Amino acid sequence: MSQPFAKLPAWADYGLLPLINVIVAFFVAGLVVLLVGESPIDAAVLMVKGALGSGDGIGYTLYYATNFIFTGLCVAVAFHCGLFNIGGEGQAYVGGLGVALVGLGLGSVLPWWLTFPLAIIASAIVGALWAFIPAWLQAKRGSHVVITTIMFNFIGASLMVYLLVGILKAPGTQAPETRVFGPGGQLPDLGWLLGMFGLNMRSAPLNISFLLALVAAFVVWLLIWRTKLGYEIRTMGHSPKAARYAGISEVRITIVTMLISGALAGMAAINPIMGAQHRMQLEFVAGAGFVGIAVALMGRSHPVGIVLAAILFGVLYQGGAEIAFDMPNISRDMIVIIQGLVILFAGALEHMFRPSLLRLFQRLARTKQQATPAVATGGGQ
Amino acid sequence: MMDFLIATAQVLDATVRLSVPLLLACLAGLYSERAGIFDIGLEGKMLAGAFAAAATAAYTGSAYIGLLAAVLVSVALGLVHGFASITHRGNQIVSGMAINFIAAGTTVMLGQAWFKQGGRTPPIADAARFNAIDLPGAEALRDIPVIGPFYSGFISGRPLLVYVAFLLVPFTWWVLYRTRFGLRLRAVGENPAAVDTAGISVPWLRYRAVICCGLLCGIAGAYLSTADGAGFGRDMTAGKGYIALAALIFAKWRPVQAMFACLLFGFLDAFAIRNQGHPLPLIGEVPVQLMQALPYILTIVLLAGFIGKAIPPKAGGVAYVKER
Repeated sequence: MSQPFAKLPAWADYGLLPLINVIVAFFVAGLVVLLVGESPIDAAVLMVKGALGSGDGIGYTLYYATNFIFTGLCVAVAFHCGLFNIGGEGQAYVGGLGVALVGLGLGSVLPWWLTFPLAIIASAIVGALWAFIPAWLQAKRGSHVVITTIMFNFIGASLMVYLLVGILKAPGTQAPETRVFGPGGQLPDLGWLLGMFGLNMRSAPLNISFLLALVAAFVVWLLIWRTKLGYEIRTMGHSPKAARYAGISEVRITIVTMLISGALAGMAAINPIMGAQHRMQLEFVAGAGFVGIAVALMGRSHPVGIVLAAILFGVLYQGGAEIAFDMPNISRDMIVIIQGLVILFAGALEHMFRPSLLRLFQRLARTKQQATPAVATGGGQ
Repeated sequence: MMDFLIATAQVLDATVRLSVPLLLACLAGLYSERAGIFDIGLEGKMLAGAFAAAATAAYTGSAYIGLLAAVLVSVALGLVHGFASITHRGNQIVSGMAINFIAAGTTVMLGQAWFKQGGRTPPIADAARFNAIDLPGAEALRDIPVIGPFYSGFISGRPLLVYVAFLLVPFTWWVLYRTRFGLRLRAVGENPAAVDTAGISVPWLRYRAVICCGLLCGIAGAYLSTADGAGFGRDMTAGKGYIALAALIFAKWRPVQAMFACLLFGFLDAFAIRNQGHPLPLIGEVPVQLMQALPYILTIVLLAGFIGKAIPPKAGGVAYVKER
């Protein structure tokens, strides 16, 4: 008998179903690898080896993961409010302005442990500002935040090109990038952390902003599940009507959520700028804002899931770069495909396997019932 | 003065050239969004179409087979979008994003694996492209003042797909406002329950809408790689799908206005290219980045409600649930 409103057990709903979705996504990605004439299994082995097989591999993996944790959190916070912030890319890019201004202005004056908090604040403010107009338009005018954040990605990109080929460009160079920051604008690396595990990070750019990302993940968890604001955000996300009925201001929550989301995206700029390159370059975000969408969907918008998903994408990024040496037919673009497939299967098609899984569980339950008929005196139908 | 005229003519010429892909993608989005299916996957479908057209045309030597391939690939992606958002009631935005990424990655991967040119297809010979065609009478009218040069120099002598694009504007208007299908299409975007009550299948109607959308995106892609250009290059659409989306909002989801919006955005693009390094009288030099961002800024201003109000189809973005 079909039960339309039957529920899956929690572990299947939050663990098994997302896992199936991700596995299907990777399976389809494997088909693409086959299509270009390489073995998907060899590719996967190479990828994991390249990403986790050495100290610098791990260093790079976690370096990439740092960006993805921030952008994943950015998307997730908005998701909890029922908003879809596609603008993480632009907010991170423009947020770089905050980091760059701190690095350029104070890098030669203050030590890193003073510029670091300032850079956090500055990047968060600038990122939040870049999310403000879409937030305001959504809250006050009802124009879809997806559309406006897409537009702001492009506007942001234009703005940054304008600034980087103009006033921010280092004097005497052709490259559209700022000058290298002073020693105070360069964050210490985490070689000691990997060293504790007996690994040598070599030149990998893993730096202290990875720890900041973990702290941010914890703070987001606190915010969403342990504060009044988080409760209001989730209420809005579940049912805007209920939120309105409970006296929660739709305008306020929408704007505040988007500001937090933008601030998290903005902070993603710290890692590449102050942590790795020690200057701001063109296109430094390199799609991390969009990876955040896949990360948030895969991590089911929970900080723990996001950190894990971000590390997985870090593996893909680093491993993908390594694969390209051995398998010339596979380039880094493979990751973009995987990203798309994860978004498709874990996001848009997240409920595709639910009905069949439900049937399976019901059949299991029924066979179990038949196996133990002794207790079933009142429970039968 | 002569310089100015020539410059204007060149800018207008480029305007037409640059607005055609926008127009095709914008009309594609119109069919889909009027039926209540948001589609931010225009970019991806166009890109996949451009690759399919270029790869097929390079291989077979026929632009028409290339066009067919582009349409097939783009419609297939449209059906994926439909499968996710109509059949499985998934989030339409998420699905559209997924298609954009899948297209962006797959085109380059396959291009690299098949042609070994860094994700590009080999340049396509003229015989395998949509070349400029002369409209009837272009030769005869050439000597008539004013009309002659305009007709034979500006209207005539463009690739077939340009005419297709502009003819699709009245055609879309006719389909949307004068046919039963169009009426139902608009109805399903405003109030699917009413359509359902009338005994018409909401999913099938919406599927037809995403197929129309895929078809037009495919043509747009083929135009990019086999009519305007001669071969596919990595990320060749470069955000045109999103500009088309902006144009669609700017046009408030209406076909004729969509044409004007696309021409405006195409003009901005053409003007930005032309204007690079040439200061304007009175204003001085406008940063090229500002010109590039202008379509988006204008759309934001529109959305902010300063120039009229853009109201999307009422049921847009919401999956239809029949039983409850």
